[in-house]
Amino acid sequence: MDLSVRIGSLTLKNPLVAASGCFGYGVEYADLFDLSSLGGVAVKGLFLSEREGHPAPRIVETPAGMLNAIGLQGIGVRRFVTEKLPELRTRNVTVVVNVCGTTIDEYAEVSRILSDHEGVHAIELNISCPNIKEGGIQFGCSLIGTRDVVSAVRKVTKLPIIPKLTPNVTDVAAFAIAAEDAGADAVSLVNTFLAMVIDVETRRPKISNGLGGLSGPAIRPIAVRMVHECRQAVKIPIIGMGGIMDARDVLEFMIAGATAVQVGTANFVDPLVWGKLLDGVQDYMRRHDLTRISDLVGTLDLKGKVAAAAH
Amino acid sequence: MQYTAAMPSDIAAAVISNTPLSDDYNVLALAAPAIATAAIPGQFVMVKAATGHDPLLRRPFSVFEILNDTSGAVIGFSLLNKRIGPSTSLLYDARLGDRVSCLGPLGTAFTMVNAPSEAWMVAGGVGLAPFATLASALVKRGVTTTLFYGARRAEELFYVDWFRDLGVRLILATEDGSRGERGRVIAPLEQALMARAPEQPVTLYACGPEGMLAATANVAATFKRPCQVSVERTMGCGMGGCYSCVVPMRDAQGQRHHVRSCLAGPVLDADRIFWD
Repeated sequence: MDLSVRIGSLTLKNPLVAASGCFGYGVEYADLFDLSSLGGVAVKGLFLSEREGHPAPRIVETPAGMLNAIGLQGIGVRRFVTEKLPELRTRNVTVVVNVCGTTIDEYAEVSRILSDHEGVHAIELNISCPNIKEGGIQFGCSLIGTRDVVSAVRKVTKLPIIPKLTPNVTDVAAFAIAAEDAGADAVSLVNTFLAMVIDVETRRPKISNGLGGLSGPAIRPIAVRMVHECRQAVKIPIIGMGGIMDARDVLEFMIAGATAVQVGTANFVDPLVWGKLLDGVQDYMRRHDLTRISDLVGTLDLKGKVAAAAH
Repeated sequence: MQYTAAMPSDIAAAVISNTPLSDDYNVLALAAPAIATAAIPGQFVMVKAATGHDPLLRRPFSVFEILNDTSGAVIGFSLLNKRIGPSTSLLYDARLGDRVSCLGPLGTAFTMVNAPSEAWMVAGGVGLAPFATLASALVKRGVTTTLFYGARRAEELFYVDWFRDLGVRLILATEDGSRGERGRVIAPLEQALMARAPEQPVTLYACGPEGMLAATANVAATFKRPCQVSVERTMGCGMGGCYSCVVPMRDAQGQRHHVRSCLAGPVLDADRIFWD
């Protein structure tokens, strides 16, 4: 069975990528299992300099989900390439670096530094963090901003560029088109949904930032719908994410049009979820006579009558 | 996919027993010998109470007791649980034979002192949890050990006889005065520190509400005594992946940084924490 998928010039050995912000810098999990067995690891978002992020509490649980406002705490790109990248390289990890910026120049500079280092395989542009004032959302919520960030980074790197799109817009497909037109190799979606949880006793928000980003299985159907919309709008590959908990969810995103998926919240609940996801995907391939997982991508059947769901 | 044999273990542990201590507190015994054998005092376990997606996340719990069978073999560990929300309610109501997913042991342990230094443990409420294993280990090392233990009322002081039988000196306080001194446990702690000669070494270990930890750190600094605190933060993963559980701490250069309490802690040096 062939589990490999292609994202631009990059081949992933399977469609499972650890989602940025949910897997530290990857090295935190290196003793637990072989990181090179993943399709890829999207490391935590990096600016040029270090950031301390928001005070705790930074997360609160919600029905079948969680709200977070970490505030992009991070060690900055220079410390990443000296302190973390060598170990990831030694362990043969397919590394996707999530790149942040408060200006277009910062996105380009972080991307340029990463391109100079062996062991970085792709750049995911974080133009969609809802939790800090200048976390890129000002670019990700503007078609012109999306285009300008992608164009600027395109000029400084040959690595695959994957803008990560926000769901907090009316028409996410328009942003996928803007990214594709500007030279993106793929898009990843969705980042978290801007949301709020209030403690009714104190009438205070339950996380220090007030607002946060909602993730987990609660948002999955909306994320699947958005992947479906983008699949119909662009030709470049889509990396789908949002509340994937088991193999069926991986398959659902792929059928909707995702070439690969990212898994975040499920890894918090079960850091050994990866093998279970892969086993489930392979079991499905056997049952459906699929020899290549890439043949499943975008095979959603919208024709004919829809049978009532079994409960 | 090949998993390495390194810690931590992920075990669907069967409930061996569930002992209610009050309307809010219970001790849940879980069959997880691999975790119990590897755990050292101060470490924690990420526990998932529900089998489905709601509640979704695991919760961090200190290892309360290490459990042995009649032959002395380690069979599991227990949790000291206080019912405060959906997950802890499920753990309060857990039945014999139920499976509870446990990932651990995780985090850094207490640094244990040696005699002639004394160990003074300061516990508030459910913050008693890490001190059963710590006290056992300290007593075994021949360290004179004291537990300053505060709760809201007498009925919420648990395992007092257990600690006494172990040979731990007990100083109790309740907010309503129903047992021990009336008020917070910090007052008797401060008196004891004041009465102790500076040349007699003592190390403080604290676990409990944030205000109690800050007050303990404050009196430890005043009397120039080393103090280790076990902090409690909302944790997403317990593995360093999510950056949810941070504590503002001073680094070697005096700079303030957010440190992940799941990796650097939960046991941290009190004098490096910004208690703001």
